This record gives sequence, structure tokens and C-alpha cells, in this order.
Amino acid sequence: MIQALTLLFLCQLAGEFLVRSLGIVFPGPVVGMGLLFLGMLAAGRAGGPLEKVADTILGHLSLLFVPASVGVVQQIGLIRENWFAIAAALVVSTLLTLVVTVLTFRAVARLTARPVL
Amino acid sequence: MSGALPDTGDLYRIWVYLSTTPLLWLTVTLAAFSLGDLVSLRFRRNPIANPVVISAGLLIALLGFTGTSYQTYFEGAQFVHFLLGPATVALAVPLWRNRAQVRANLLPMCAALVAGSVTAIGSACAIAWVFGAPSEVIASLAAKSVTAPIAMALTDTIGGIPALAAVLVVLTGVFGSIVVTPLMNALRIRDYAARGFAVGVASHGIGTARAFQVSQEAGTFAGIALGLNGALTSVLILVLNLFL
Repeated sequence: MIQALTLLFLCQLAGEFLVRSLGIVFPGPVVGMGLLFLGMLAAGRAGGPLEKVADTILGHLSLLFVPASVGVVQQIGLIRENWFAIAAALVVSTLLTLVVTVLTFRAVARLTARPVL
Repeated sequence: MSGALPDTGDLYRIWVYLSTTPLLWLTVTLAAFSLGDLVSLRFRRNPIANPVVISAGLLIALLGFTGTSYQTYFEGAQFVHFLLGPATVALAVPLWRNRAQVRANLLPMCAALVAGSVTAIGSACAIAWVFGAPSEVIASLAAKSVTAPIAMALTDTIGGIPALAAVLVVLTGVFGSIVVTPLMNALRIRDYAARGFAVGVASHGIGTARAFQVSQEAGTFAGIALGLNGALTSVLILVLNLFL
């Protein structure tokens, strides 16, 4: 369990190191995610402890958003001034994204469907 | 103070001490979330009763009531917040588990991912811009469809406000998970892989949790979409950064 946690932290650390040494503006943890994925592909397995630790963290992912969400109190003025633009962007963009994604998925699936399907 | 119970003056001194230690606000964060989770469970995980929204609301009220600054609060809550990084790395595990399904549906997924990701970023920024939102608000909306840890890191790199992004991400997740089932039924889409993938792209982890309630297949595809969209949005925003 400690080894699995260490592996997660190491991947993140490697990601941060890569991003900074390349001088690009990119989230280090995302690079860490890519590194871990490639590592598992190369190893051909994830390993029980890693899967358990990952499932535990991801199973409580919502909790991790809470401290940042509370930070909204500091932005209350900005939100009040722009509430309509924010609400419109959120609602319309989310609906649009759902429709565009599902229709593209279906259209390409139909085009590439094997004859047996 | 010779009695068994401390009097008000003692309580006040204890409060003054505890309210500035990380222990108090870390404990209160965990307790507020447990309460929010309990309420969500009572509402049978109805997407409207989102535990993050409930617990953040409780904490904001409590901070206001006790006159505690966000900085003091965050000194305790940072221990929870810190885990967002390792959690992002951990997203590789479900992605790896579903690699066979990714390979089998590679073309429709790639096409839908690119179309959905570009739509999510482009339409949110464009609409906010049309309604005259300032640039830091527009930048905070760019990554609204991406899971919070990635969205916050991205927002920071493009001059947005990570705290605002976190809230917009949660609201996008809640809204998407409320509308996805009626919307897909209205569109007469019965392919649960496509439905799940769409809600994963548009509404990340909160949408994924909703998809798992509807069908195992939808949930799996939503989980894949959540991971892939986090990576693609990062790349798209990186490319935008290079040109701006």
C-alpha cells in the first residue's frame, strides 16, 4: 500500500519535473497519469495494491473538491457581476457538448461498423 | 477553573487556539463532507443533492458565522486538497483497465472526444465572451468539463482563478448529470456506450457517477471519456497557450 502510494507520488513528481524542465505550461499530474499508464502497459499489469489505492482515492474523489469549492467565497463579487454570462456559458455549453459528443460517436460508429454488427 | 466543565471564558480561549490550528478545519471539512454524503444517500444519490455542493455550502456558512478567513480554513483543508494530484495520476488505473474497450471503439471515441472537447472549451469561452465576462472568468470556464484536479491546474496556467474553476467544474458536473438522461431519451439514443461517453466528456467524474447508476456499460465509457478528455483538454489548452 505504501509502495503503491509512493508510485503515485513518484509519477506526479516525474510529471512535474518533466513539465518544468521542458519549460511548458502543462499540469504535471496529467503527465504523471500518462507515465503511469505507459508503465502499466509496459508491465502488462497494474498490481493489486496499486489498483486498491487508486480505487480508494478515486472512490472519494468528491471529497477532494471541497476545499477548493469553499474558495468560491473569495470570488463572490466576480460571480455576482458575471452570473448571467457564467450561467449561460455553463448551461448552453454543457448541453451542446453532450449532443455533439453523442452524435459524433454514433455517426462514426455507424461508418466504421463491421458487417457482422 | 476548578469545576469539571470549562466556563465560557475558557471555551473562548480554547476556541481561539483551536480555530487557528490545521486540525480543526481539517476535521470540520471531513465532517461536513460526511454530512453532505449522508444527505446525498438519503436522496438516493439524486444528482441534485450533490455532496460537494452541500458540504461546501455548509462550510461557507460556518466560516461566515465564525468569522474565519479562507486562508485559515485552507491551512487545515490543504491536506485534503493536496490529494488532487495523486488522484489525477490514479486515473490511469481505470483507463488501463478499460484499454480493451478503448481499442475496440478507438475511431468513434477519438472522433467524439475531439468534437466534444473542442465544443466544451470553445462554446463556454465564446458564450461568456459574448456576454461580456472579463478574461479571468473566461479562462476559468475553459476547463469546466474536465475533472477538477486537472481543471484547476489548467486554469492556473492560463490566468484563470482555480477556485472559481473548481466551483464551475462541480456545477457543470451536477447540471450534466441532471440533464443527460432526459436529453438522450429525447434524442432517441439507445447506445449506452455513446451516452456514457458523452456524459464523461461533458461532465467528468460527477457525470460518470451518474452513468454508473444508469448502466455499467455507460459508466465504463464515461470513465474512459473522463480520463481522455482530461488529457486532450490539457493538450488543447497547451497549444492555445503557445499561440496566445
